[in-house]
Amino acid sequence: MGCACPELTIDEEPEMTLTNANPKSVLTGAHFLDGDCACSEGALAAGANFAAGYPITPSTEVVEHFASRIPTVGGVFLQMEDELASSIAIVGAAWGGAKAFTVTSGPGFSLMMEHLGYAAMTETPLVLVDVQRGGPSTGLPTLPGQADMMQARWGSHGDYEIIALCPNSPQECFNLTIDAFNFAEEYRTPVLVMMDECVGHMTEKVVIPPADEIKLYPRRYTSLPPSEYLPFRPGPDGIPEMAKAGEGYRAEVTGLTHDEHGYPAMNWQAQHKLVSRLVGKIRDHADRITRWEERQMEDADVVVVAYGITSRVAERAMQLARAEGLKVGLLRPVVVWPFPDKRIRELAARVHAFLVVEMNYGQMVNEVERCAGGQARTLLLGHGGGTVHEPEEILKAIREAAS
Amino acid sequence: MSIPINPVEPFLRADRMPHIWCPGCGIGTTVNCFARALVESKLPLEKVAVVSGIGCTGRVAGYMHLDSFHTTHGRAIPFATGLKLANPNLHVVVYSGDGDLIAIGGNHFIHAARRNVDITVICVNNFTYGMTGGQVTPTTPLGAIATTSPYGCFERPFNLPFLAESSGAVYVARWTAYHVRYIAHAMVEAFQKKGFSFIEILSPCPTLYQRRNKMGDGLDTMRYYKQRSIIKNGARTQDVDISLQGDIIVGKFVDIERPTLQQTMDQQFRQTLKDRYAGWGGA
Amino acid sequence: MPDVPAAPKARKFRGQVLIDWDRCKGCGFCVEFCPPKILAFSPEFNSHGYHPPYLTNEEACTGCDLCGLYCPDFAVFGVRVPRIDD
Repeated sequence: MGCACPELTIDEEPEMTLTNANPKSVLTGAHFLDGDCACSEGALAAGANFAAGYPITPSTEVVEHFASRIPTVGGVFLQMEDELASSIAIVGAAWGGAKAFTVTSGPGFSLMMEHLGYAAMTETPLVLVDVQRGGPSTGLPTLPGQADMMQARWGSHGDYEIIALCPNSPQECFNLTIDAFNFAEEYRTPVLVMMDECVGHMTEKVVIPPADEIKLYPRRYTSLPPSEYLPFRPGPDGIPEMAKAGEGYRAEVTGLTHDEHGYPAMNWQAQHKLVSRLVGKIRDHADRITRWEERQMEDADVVVVAYGITSRVAERAMQLARAEGLKVGLLRPVVVWPFPDKRIRELAARVHAFLVVEMNYGQMVNEVERCAGGQARTLLLGHGGGTVHEPEEILKAIREAAS
Repeated sequence: MSIPINPVEPFLRADRMPHIWCPGCGIGTTVNCFARALVESKLPLEKVAVVSGIGCTGRVAGYMHLDSFHTTHGRAIPFATGLKLANPNLHVVVYSGDGDLIAIGGNHFIHAARRNVDITVICVNNFTYGMTGGQVTPTTPLGAIATTSPYGCFERPFNLPFLAESSGAVYVARWTAYHVRYIAHAMVEAFQKKGFSFIEILSPCPTLYQRRNKMGDGLDTMRYYKQRSIIKNGARTQDVDISLQGDIIVGKFVDIERPTLQQTMDQQFRQTLKDRYAGWGGA
Repeated sequence: MPDVPAAPKARKFRGQVLIDWDRCKGCGFCVEFCPPKILAFSPEFNSHGYHPPYLTNEEACTGCDLCGLYCPDFAVFGVRVPRIDD
């Protein structure tokens, strides 16, 4: 399922020296934090120095926490007038040289879609956190959901690929936010962190390591002089080097289909050349990007697939099932997009069934079913959100899947 | 003896010429004024960034040989806010049209003025959405014909200088594309002004607005601007409404001092955090 | 001493207008707003069918560059050129 961009050799990765986090921004130590605050600390540890946001439950704490920390670390938080402004202000800040992010939930996520596409089109590194709640529309502001997962992949118009990570604990909210910033810089693309209200509002131990143990992927600024630099000319790995305003590069950045100069080029040839590269940039590196965790897979007949808070309930259900002698494994996608296609395909060849447990009426199950290719049954245990699944109901579904 | 070059040429992306604007459109005229103002104000050009939205005027960014950002419809101002906050050493100029800045961008316009973000906003007002074929905008005068108000606009339009002033802009001026020297001078003042500066420039759209309203071509409109403009520097902005083919009050209406967003932010943090405040000089 | 009228001041500069023939789109701004009114539409037309301007009286051009300031197509501009004939 690769993307033909014949002049690129995807395997050539440039040598990149990772840098250490800045100790000034890292709150080293063991803390008792909720997921939202842990995410905010992750952003700070990653070197985020610009955030724009708009209050929306259950995500507001992320920016509230950032607002209280950033003036003593060095950077800016501005509460904007709406999510439309927040999502474009971070693009502007990135082109001014900042490491920028924003945070929202369902209704705000919908508003930010245009600018997610703009960031993908202009290859602007940034992070967008969605703390999912019950939907659709205003839904359940204070209760969890996982129904934005497909929107994360397809929410903006047009063709683009997205990287999205899914934490299942406050510790992961910290860790995966740093990973998100690193992916954003490595692939010069917007990256999503798909939390849910439960993970966002649960309080657990979060260990924040010393700054020199936190490795950051530096922004890939060009070292070419302005006369030689083209802002959208890809390197050997399909990714262009970055520049920022104020250094004499006089770059042109536009959301219109453009050539390597960044000049609008509205014809099908330019479209093919640009969009196939944007899609291929991530699709062809999917194996390096995607990540998942497995439990007890060696002899599994039934594989439970779950992510976010649901994966923790599913783990309990798996323990109960194993106690009953059922051969159950758990696959937890951590990087949800790109989806771990290959692994599902491999497992489909030998397992009896996949049971996808998610807080929606069927989103990631479609991916599992697609990859299973009819070789194994794919079942859904979904619900509308507002609460997490019970271990017993997952256990019941596992039993049915095993029969 | 060397061949002289057009003074606007060093500011243009020569390989993007000719531009897409129609014969008699005034946007190119304002670009000449912009180039002249950049020369006169002696701004270091690698620190000047132009941010545009979508529309005919929105194409200005793409034609200028500067750091230029062609953003989404209505969102040039918040993009510019992020850009300026990330790098306060930049001189950020928003260059866009009436529909883009005031309709879809209206909310961002008033908030940036309220905050006194240190940017210059140049609004080329041709009373229409030109790029999409000539629809009505929030500045279209009462009674004017547009594709989406084919029997005449029935909405009261915004008075942009009044909107800008009441939202908090520290520099507000209106000129027409006829007033080329005044425009260049206003731009110089706006570049040097700390805070949210707003310049409205009336301009012909001969292909759509003028044609549909039987107002002749670009030249006829420029003649109308010359004949019916009344320069009233310091006029009260609530008195400068524009009516269909009426008199046009032009001039510099507001030029006051107020701390910028950067300054108020800095001041507040210093006051409360004292020497714990890390400051912010930019990314 | 009888009054001797002062000699007329010789101008140090004269003006010259340079035209990018194919950029012009015939809008007429320069013709209209040239202060000494010495620009006119030329009878020839360019490759796009427009009639670019030409200087009808080179001596009277002051090189004020108002034509350049008005031109929306960046097709014409004026410069001041030092006189070399006196």
